[in-house]
Amino acid sequence: MVKNNQPDCEMLKGTLDMMILRSLVGGDAHGHTIAKVIERTSEDVLEVEQGSLYPALHRLEDRRWVSSYCGPSENNGKAKFYRLTAEGRKQLVRETSRWRQMTRAIGLVMGEEGGAQ
Amino acid sequence: MSWLRFFRCKRSDAEFQDEIEVFLTEETADNEARGMSPGEARRQARLKFGNAQKVRESLWMQNSPLLLIHVGHDVKYAFRTLGRTPGFSIIAISVMALCIGAATSLFTIVRTVLLKPLPFRDPGRLVMVYEHHRGTEANTPNFSYIPVAPADFYDWRSKTNGFEDMAIMGYTGGNLTGERGELPEAVRAAAASWNFFRLLGVQPALGRAFTESEDRPGNTVVMLTWSVFQRRFAGDATIVGRQVHLNGRPFTVVGVLPSWFTYPDAGIQLWVPYQASATPEFLGHHDWHQSQVVARLRPDVTLVSALAQVSAVQYQLHLQYPHDPVNEDVAPRSLNEDLAGNVKKPLKLMLFAVGCMLLIGCLNVANLLVARGAARQKDVAIRSALGAQRATLIREQLTESVVICAAGGLGGILLSVLATKFLAHAWKDLPTAQSIHLDGAVIAFACLLMFAAELIAGLLPALSTTRKTMLKALQTSARTGASSVSRTALRQSLLTLEIGITVALLVAAGLLLKSFLRLRSADVGCVTENTLTLQYSLPEKKYDTPEKVNAFNEALLERVRTTPGVRSAALGNTLPGAGYSGDLVFTVKEHDPLKPGEDMPGAMVCWADPDYFSALGIPLVSGRFFTNDERVTRSYKVIVSRQLVRQYFHGDNPIGKHLHVPAHFHPGMPNDVDYEIVGVVSDTLYQVGKEPAAAMYFPILEGNTGGANFQMLALRTASEPLQFSVPVQKWIASLDPELPVSEVRTMNQVIGESLVNASLCATLVLAFAILSLLLASVGLYGVLSYLTAQRTTELGIRMALGAKRGQLLQLMLVDGLRPALFGLGLGLVVSVAATRVLQSLLFGTRPLDPVVLCGVIATLFAVAVLACLVPAWRASRIDPMWALRTE
Repeated sequence: MVKNNQPDCEMLKGTLDMMILRSLVGGDAHGHTIAKVIERTSEDVLEVEQGSLYPALHRLEDRRWVSSYCGPSENNGKAKFYRLTAEGRKQLVRETSRWRQMTRAIGLVMGEEGGAQ
Repeated sequence: MSWLRFFRCKRSDAEFQDEIEVFLTEETADNEARGMSPGEARRQARLKFGNAQKVRESLWMQNSPLLLIHVGHDVKYAFRTLGRTPGFSIIAISVMALCIGAATSLFTIVRTVLLKPLPFRDPGRLVMVYEHHRGTEANTPNFSYIPVAPADFYDWRSKTNGFEDMAIMGYTGGNLTGERGELPEAVRAAAASWNFFRLLGVQPALGRAFTESEDRPGNTVVMLTWSVFQRRFAGDATIVGRQVHLNGRPFTVVGVLPSWFTYPDAGIQLWVPYQASATPEFLGHHDWHQSQVVARLRPDVTLVSALAQVSAVQYQLHLQYPHDPVNEDVAPRSLNEDLAGNVKKPLKLMLFAVGCMLLIGCLNVANLLVARGAARQKDVAIRSALGAQRATLIREQLTESVVICAAGGLGGILLSVLATKFLAHAWKDLPTAQSIHLDGAVIAFACLLMFAAELIAGLLPALSTTRKTMLKALQTSARTGASSVSRTALRQSLLTLEIGITVALLVAAGLLLKSFLRLRSADVGCVTENTLTLQYSLPEKKYDTPEKVNAFNEALLERVRTTPGVRSAALGNTLPGAGYSGDLVFTVKEHDPLKPGEDMPGAMVCWADPDYFSALGIPLVSGRFFTNDERVTRSYKVIVSRQLVRQYFHGDNPIGKHLHVPAHFHPGMPNDVDYEIVGVVSDTLYQVGKEPAAAMYFPILEGNTGGANFQMLALRTASEPLQFSVPVQKWIASLDPELPVSEVRTMNQVIGESLVNASLCATLVLAFAILSLLLASVGLYGVLSYLTAQRTTELGIRMALGAKRGQLLQLMLVDGLRPALFGLGLGLVVSVAATRVLQSLLFGTRPLDPVVLCGVIATLFAVAVLACLVPAWRASRIDPMWALRTE
């Protein structure tokens, strides 16, 4: 799934799909870009393992949350680009709200006023 | 997973390889931008990506239906291993095909004949009602379903209300001629009360059924069955409303029955109203047991209470007519059982035999698989050492047997299509034979059989091969002198079981065969060589007086007897071996009156001309034959069979005594006529395989045949009798061109045909038994060959230590014969129990016939010794040096 640099980030498991969907909101991207976006935006805390990224992309495509097409990459190669579908957008909204709920709940348990944000 | 991706997995993989390439290029470019050297940048990119192969694999796993893939692998593996040993595969598959095919065919027939309800409306509420003579228990072989007398039926119908309706039917027959002198034809017909078709829920295909007003004596309407409609009237629908001639009288066709309606059998060509075929006197009889009653139960009444009402009515009738054979009770019978009465036992027997064969087949395949498992022991041990799970190994082995059984089952279904067709044709008097065919239920049954066979044949060896712990397996497969004891024990017990079942089958087959041979050689009590028989029936309309009947019969006899080559001729209404011709009760005038509750004596009724007995070679015991004077002038003489004297005269001299018979036997005559016994003749068999029945012979030339105007003529010829078949028919045509002749056969053919079923049954069971014997001997041979191969090293050591070849031969023989002997003992015990069931199918053969038992023991022993001798001989010929070097 997500390889974490800190040894105790276990709860990030299962959030890769959500993060991929989120990273596609900014525009269509190929695998490398997606991984890079996730790493950059997490300030290099999260490092995406390729062994999880591609199976996850295939899974999302099977569920019709993303679609794919061929396009030119930055370094004039032919790359497979992924695009967020309408269905995927809805799924992202669902996942995000679920995630918010979860982190707020955990935050409350941990004694942080008003949740984790 | 996605099916699309699965089917395009190659393309998907190629796409992914491209994606990897793009990733690496991008990452390298990024790294170079960070200032790394091109080589280092590429290396870091690869490091970051990790193991591309592993990602590809995990993608493939994600995109494939894993279970299917595994099964596919197992099947491929099974095909490969089976293909490596084509001999084994062919044997195993054909054994399974044979067994499943035979079992499926038999099941098809059993299902159609015994299980499938007849195609009538709501068949669950239909039941046959018979009269029944109290004193015989239900479910015993001599429980008698006595046909119903018409007057009884009309009382039942009017005086009870437990049944929605009751209908009566009987058999009749006649000569069918057309309106314009078409060829005459003798047809079998049935007579049914007007409500019969309504009760069964049968709609005529054309026209209508009988109406109540048509069900009257002397009425002339007729319904055609589909077969005669197509055959004789070319399917011309305008036949409805037109006339056909039956026994010389015009009958109006009111309807045509649908093509599926072949009840009670396909031989019936015409239906007439019940009363139309009878006289008013006949309908008033309570003792003329000739008809069958079918009733439909009311939905709100149980069968028991409905029958209780009928039973009460019948008991009243019994009390009302104490001197007539009026039965005191009634008995129900299902329609299926009624039709299948004769074939039920043999069918069940065959189903049992086939079941045994199937079991033997499965055991044999299991045995063969155990042997293969043994050869593959090392392979299995190594694989489990490398981490293969037991479940996987079992699944692999099971797949192999599944492939064998599936292939065998497929072959079996094909085989059973042919076998069922053959059986339905070859088996005479199999009811509803035309509706026997394979359908969904039968295929499902075959699949079920396959599944069961797979379980037996596959699981047993699979469990035994993988049972050992890994260490033990590796140990055993290492070089040791001793053979694996447990596996041998399993194979030997399988073999013992197999041989035991074979013995039971062989005993059954032997008994049936002996019984059949007895039947073949049974003496019917008259001359059968060079005898031609034929049948004709004189229509009542044209031959309305005894004088006219006699004139025809005598002219024919005269013509026949003066023909060169014909030694003698006999005329009667029946001939020995031609079947039961109906019976009649009587009292002996000179004896004391019957005590209350005592049964009235009864005997089969026959008519004979004066030369009947001498022409057929039936010896006279005492008294005399009929004379030529005993003809139209009523002389009231009778000749009886020796069996009748034995049964009812208890040592008295019967000559000169008088028999008193019921009034309906001589219509129009005073009731108190008695027939004087003038002679006693020796017994004949009315049917081969049945005990001789008491018989009364009345003079046929007196012109009274009790309403039955069938005549049978037998010619004894000097040479081949069949060459007279055409001349005889021409003579009859010259006397009356409208008279059809039927059943032109030699006496031996008549008897042979009555044995067709016994012969078929014996042949089939014997075939199953021989196949089982073959399978068992192959099994025995296989086990011993395997044992020999396993013990090669041990035998080599024995030889090196000085064992003689003879001793080794003996050692191996004893080892192989042990399961055979155990099996033999087991089989004999089983047969003792099983043959009791067979008893009623046997003729002149005891269930524990010593000849048969000894024959079976000798055969099995001989086959077992033969099967053991080859491997044992091979074992004793081993070169000790070679044996010691072999692993």
